[in-house]
Amino acid sequence: MNFGARVAAMAIVVFARAVTAAQARWQGCGPEAVQRVYFANHTSNGDFVLLWSVLPGALKQQTRPVAALDYWLSTPIRAFLGRQVFNAVLIDRRPEERKEDPVAQMAQALDDGSSLILFPEGGRNTTEAPLLPFKTGLYHLAKTRPTVDLVPVWIANLNRVMPKGEVVPVPLICTVTFGAPMHLGVDEEKAAFLERASQALAALAPANARGAV
Amino acid sequence: MGANGDLIWLLGGLFGVLLAASAVGEGLRRAKGRNNPVVENLIDRVNAWWVMVVVMGGALIFGRTGVVVLFGLCSFAALREFVTLTDTRRADHWALMAAFFVVLPVQYVLVWHDWVGMYSVLIPVYAFLMLPILTALRGETDRFLARVAELQWALMICVFCVSHVAALLSLDIPGFEGRNVLLIAFLVVVVQGSDVAQYVWGKLLGKTKIAPKLSPSKTVEGFVGGALTAVLIGAALSWLTPFTPLQAGGMALVIVLMGFFGGLVMSAIKRDRGVKDWGHLIAGHGGFIDRLDSVIFSAPIFFHLTRWYWSLT
Repeated sequence: MNFGARVAAMAIVVFARAVTAAQARWQGCGPEAVQRVYFANHTSNGDFVLLWSVLPGALKQQTRPVAALDYWLSTPIRAFLGRQVFNAVLIDRRPEERKEDPVAQMAQALDDGSSLILFPEGGRNTTEAPLLPFKTGLYHLAKTRPTVDLVPVWIANLNRVMPKGEVVPVPLICTVTFGAPMHLGVDEEKAAFLERASQALAALAPANARGAV
Repeated sequence: MGANGDLIWLLGGLFGVLLAASAVGEGLRRAKGRNNPVVENLIDRVNAWWVMVVVMGGALIFGRTGVVVLFGLCSFAALREFVTLTDTRRADHWALMAAFFVVLPVQYVLVWHDWVGMYSVLIPVYAFLMLPILTALRGETDRFLARVAELQWALMICVFCVSHVAALLSLDIPGFEGRNVLLIAFLVVVVQGSDVAQYVWGKLLGKTKIAPKLSPSKTVEGFVGGALTAVLIGAALSWLTPFTPLQAGGMALVIVLMGFFGGLVMSAIKRDRGVKDWGHLIAGHGGFIDRLDSVIFSAPIFFHLTRWYWSLT
């Protein structure tokens, strides 16, 4: 990371902490330097920033978010944040236009030694339901790299900090809960696996409706 | 002697008490092993006290700016915890932004400027009327009254009440000029001393529960022992204040009663929302509001009693 990107990264982490007092809850695994795919619920553009900001320093360096190319390359600032600061694996969500296969890109990043942050719902959930049906990317990734730990991560309350359409965040306490690592079973069907992953993620949601404490 | 000299004496005494508490914690750990949750919680609490005494002492020695900034930050952390537990909707966003980014800073700027007439009404009058207007403009009527009332309560508790600790600096007491920070030290030491004494007496003698539904750990024995201890602490600290020892003891009693019942009110809110603590920021203590709840209820009453009988402003 160059100097500008390092300063920007630090400023973003300080800001995210000041607004959300984010707390990591390592429920099913610890903050170890093991290669992982963190898959999380997606309700806000700040999701991966928050998840990334609660990781310990060494893990931050090796963890890359998987993000939509059409969003992150749309303005110079986003491109700087996406490429330089977060070192995102940028994938193209538009099958007809893309040149690279997203699963191959993610597998390549894993082979380079990185961990990944992935939002298997494919887009932001603005419905009342806790989760949208998962896209198939998580399954295909688990199939090509079956030994990597898949860790479900529930991000609570961030959608209240900055509801869709609002620009200024309101300070509220957020928590990030890490579940137990899972893997694709031998002979496990796609639908069954995605259902199991979705349930493992939903089970991490705090019982309290307000989510954070 | 100047106010800072007296403060340093007080801080020295508190450091002595904390050293003793840390030694007791370490002794218990040796006797009972590292895995005893009660002992570990005690040590967490004592460690947090060290931080609080150092931060608080530093702010008081720094004077007006230090106090206003410290309690402003406390209000921010408390408001963040309180609002997290309320029912906010997208339609509340403007009102929430106004609460955090306008009302809170303006209240502390007014306190900093000693504008008593204005900081006494900013939240009870202006915020009370303006924020519901902001919410109404967004057009979402579901649970409207509850949402508006919750935000007003959050501001009263976390900003209005907490700011009255810093507001003690505005009082103008003949013969006590330049020593107002000592009123803050008196209030904080009596409140927190009472909390600690209630905890200790409760652990030693506690049997009869006072409010089993609200706060199962509070007992009659703990409360009476803690209140008596705090009144003695208050009387013994009268040299910090414009009060005689008898008056200081009486003030301490009022502070302790308000703090105790304030704690019950805040527990009732937590029970209603199904949580044990307001937050997770202070190890062993829970959130900021868990540590501030007794100060919150006693500060405005202590402020107004002192203002009524001793102050010219």
